[in-house]
Amino acid sequence: MANYTITLNGETRELRGIEPDTPLLWVLRDELNLVGTKFGCGIAVCGSCTVHMNGNPTRSCIMPMAAANGATITTIEGLAPEGDLHPLQKAWIELDVPQCGYCQAGQIMSAAALLDRKQDPTDEDIDAAMNGNLCRCQTYGRIRAAIHKAAADLREGEKS
Amino acid sequence: MMLSRRDLLKSGGLVVAFSFTGSSLVRAAAELDGAETELNAWIRIDDDGTATLLATNPEIGQGIKTALPMILAEELDIPWERVRVEQAPVDAELYGRQVAGGSMSVRLAWQPLRTAGATARTMLVNAAAIHWGTDAANCDTEDGNVINTVTGDKLGYGKLAERAADLPTPDVSEIKLKDPSTFKLIGSRITGVDNPSIVTGNPLFGIDQVVPGMRYASYTRSPATGGEVRSANLDVVRDMPGVEDAFILAGKGDARALRGGVAIIADSTWAAFRAKKRLDIEWDMSKASVDDWNGLLEQGLEIAANGAGDELHNDGDVDAAFAAAAKTVSGVYSYPFLPHAPLEPQNCTAWVQGDSAEIWAPSQTPANGATLAARTVGLDPDKVTIHQTRIGGGFGRRLANDYVVEAVAISQRAGVPVKLQWTREDDFANDFYRPGGIHGLQAAISADGRLVGWKDHFVTFSGDGKSAYRWAAMGSNIQPQKLIDNYRVDQTLLPLTIPTGAWRAPASNALSFVTNGFLHEVAVAAGRDHLDLLLELMGEPRQLPGGRGSGMDTGRAAAVIAEVGERSGWGREMAANHGQGLAFYYSHGGYFAEVAEVEVKASKKIVLHKLYIVGDVGPIVNLSMAEHQAVGAAVDGFSTMLGLQVSFTNGAINEGNFDQYPMLRMRNAPDVDVHFIQSDNAPTGLGEPSLPPVAPAVTNAIFAATGDRVREMPISKAGYSV
Repeated sequence: MANYTITLNGETRELRGIEPDTPLLWVLRDELNLVGTKFGCGIAVCGSCTVHMNGNPTRSCIMPMAAANGATITTIEGLAPEGDLHPLQKAWIELDVPQCGYCQAGQIMSAAALLDRKQDPTDEDIDAAMNGNLCRCQTYGRIRAAIHKAAADLREGEKS
Repeated sequence: MMLSRRDLLKSGGLVVAFSFTGSSLVRAAAELDGAETELNAWIRIDDDGTATLLATNPEIGQGIKTALPMILAEELDIPWERVRVEQAPVDAELYGRQVAGGSMSVRLAWQPLRTAGATARTMLVNAAAIHWGTDAANCDTEDGNVINTVTGDKLGYGKLAERAADLPTPDVSEIKLKDPSTFKLIGSRITGVDNPSIVTGNPLFGIDQVVPGMRYASYTRSPATGGEVRSANLDVVRDMPGVEDAFILAGKGDARALRGGVAIIADSTWAAFRAKKRLDIEWDMSKASVDDWNGLLEQGLEIAANGAGDELHNDGDVDAAFAAAAKTVSGVYSYPFLPHAPLEPQNCTAWVQGDSAEIWAPSQTPANGATLAARTVGLDPDKVTIHQTRIGGGFGRRLANDYVVEAVAISQRAGVPVKLQWTREDDFANDFYRPGGIHGLQAAISADGRLVGWKDHFVTFSGDGKSAYRWAAMGSNIQPQKLIDNYRVDQTLLPLTIPTGAWRAPASNALSFVTNGFLHEVAVAAGRDHLDLLLELMGEPRQLPGGRGSGMDTGRAAAVIAEVGERSGWGREMAANHGQGLAFYYSHGGYFAEVAEVEVKASKKIVLHKLYIVGDVGPIVNLSMAEHQAVGAAVDGFSTMLGLQVSFTNGAINEGNFDQYPMLRMRNAPDVDVHFIQSDNAPTGLGEPSLPPVAPAVTNAIFAATGDRVREMPISKAGYSV
């Protein structure tokens, strides 16, 4: 058992008595009751558990707490300030992207990391950035469209 | 559906419920917030004019939690902005069939929900008419208000609801449904009601449920169905970090009820998973499955090609048709077993306290789950309450409730509320698989190029040696039965003990591949255009006899086939190594024709450049989700045909996780053009029927591009990949 400190969605969080091998995913879900980050495969191939760790999209299901100590973590719950929505979240609602919805938090987190790097991603950029995220319902077409829309909204927002 | 005037139970408001089984029901009003008035079991009106509409059926991603309230809101005549949607409790008396399956929800709810909405609207109109001292005929509704058409006065629903609730329920003969041409909501695009929560990570799904004092459980079952625990290193496991208890549960001899296994109770999911990996279990495999897919497939291919089966269907005189044929063609088709692999691994939260239980479950059949769990662990089903949660994908997997029974059994034994969490490996290993199958096909073609005879030797699987597992059986509504005079299916049953179940578009998902691939072979052999041959088969518009209340209407079939031909530019010149492929299938009441445009590159790499879908499911409720479902189901079919299967050796599934089950990723998702013919028929569902045509459309396109006929799914076995 060990104690860890992370900066989670902008706040410093002290975590006490955690087994070092516990994946960040389960600390978020079971200890901190942030359940937006989802468990899908446990081996980092489906992307449902994607969070940002020090700004990089990271599969939290295989990230041991010992390796996340001191990191800055953003989850879907903290992607936008309280009461506000990220342009990706708005686009997801507007284009009615989800079907079952289970993978979508992970999809949005991967997409947000892409938009942090690229203001005007091409289809190829999107396909590459989203390659680690499975959607069992096959909502890929609308996911891609929503990323383009959010990117355009972000660029528009910066102009005005 | 009937609605009759009944004595009223008054308890703060009038409630009229409509059962889907034919009898009408009355119940006392639920405990409500003082500002709300209940007009019937689906509709409550707040005094500010907001309507709370209850969504009755499980939401698995098909959009039913949005679509059903849209139907209510349309007839209630209230703007969507003033609608709040709540998931209804599971209550068979009030709501009838609360199931997500068979693309049946809209089909069954359409008329009752329209009537429920219109009844509430009529009551509001009657209340306003009394208030104004005028005749109800002088009142109309608009956007959540009743309008006095003589004076122009207006009263909001919020002001009228309480008075409306005190009025007698109008007789069904007084209820006037809207003229569909005046629909405002139905047919429009409404984003899913849960989308704001989904994109912000709010708790919604089964896996998100939290109960005070809840513990976390894992469960480990036999590697092959039917094994029982002889002993396990429970002492070692109990000493591991976070573990609170570990115990053995005996199976009930039925995978749908309870498989034998070892439960671990811990203070976190990870502690339960960590300990699960350390389990050392000695199994009694004396009654376990020893099924072997490679052996069964080899055997099936030999039988389908050369063996004799038992007659299953025999129309006309097939032997005479073949004897007189100018030409015959033959081919053996096969498809594998499939898991469902919904992205949310199975889970269930249960709390057994004494002789009662409360359950939170992502189940497609929650009422069945509660009853089955109660019976399996010896509780009175009336003392078990189940709550519907949002479901992270169903595809048929969650028609079964094995995870519900497990959670209830574990909570009962442990004496604490538990959240049972399956690993992905648990999910692959303990599914109810879509059965594989093998078909030996022969067709007879006349001198003038018509299809005059069809023979299929179907090799499938059986648990009892008497009948095929129904999830892949050739029952009713199979094609091209009834479209040609001479049609015969012989069947051979191979014994199988691994569990099987319904997979999205059961039976049709495989039979369409076989039927449409071989119909294309017939067209090629006959020197006919595929689309022309299909239209010729449909013939004069007529209703064919069929099962489950509806046979195919050949006119509707021909219409979608012709339309997809138009939209896709069927028959146009294609570039080298590019081909068009066509398929039509009727399933779950839906008519779908699809054209795939495929390029075959070096090393058998394929690109599905474009998929055209034309469907007829009658009027569309929510155009946004309707298109999304049609696309999603078709692309699911594409993903599956490419490289997905499970195999089994000695009764155990060989594939353990998504790294061995390569589902489609975004870069290979096709561009899809989807179009609905909104015919004037009763609406049917959309969760399934666009899936069956896609696989044969793609293999037919591969043939058109290369001359290579693929008769086996997944097509990765023939070397194809994306």
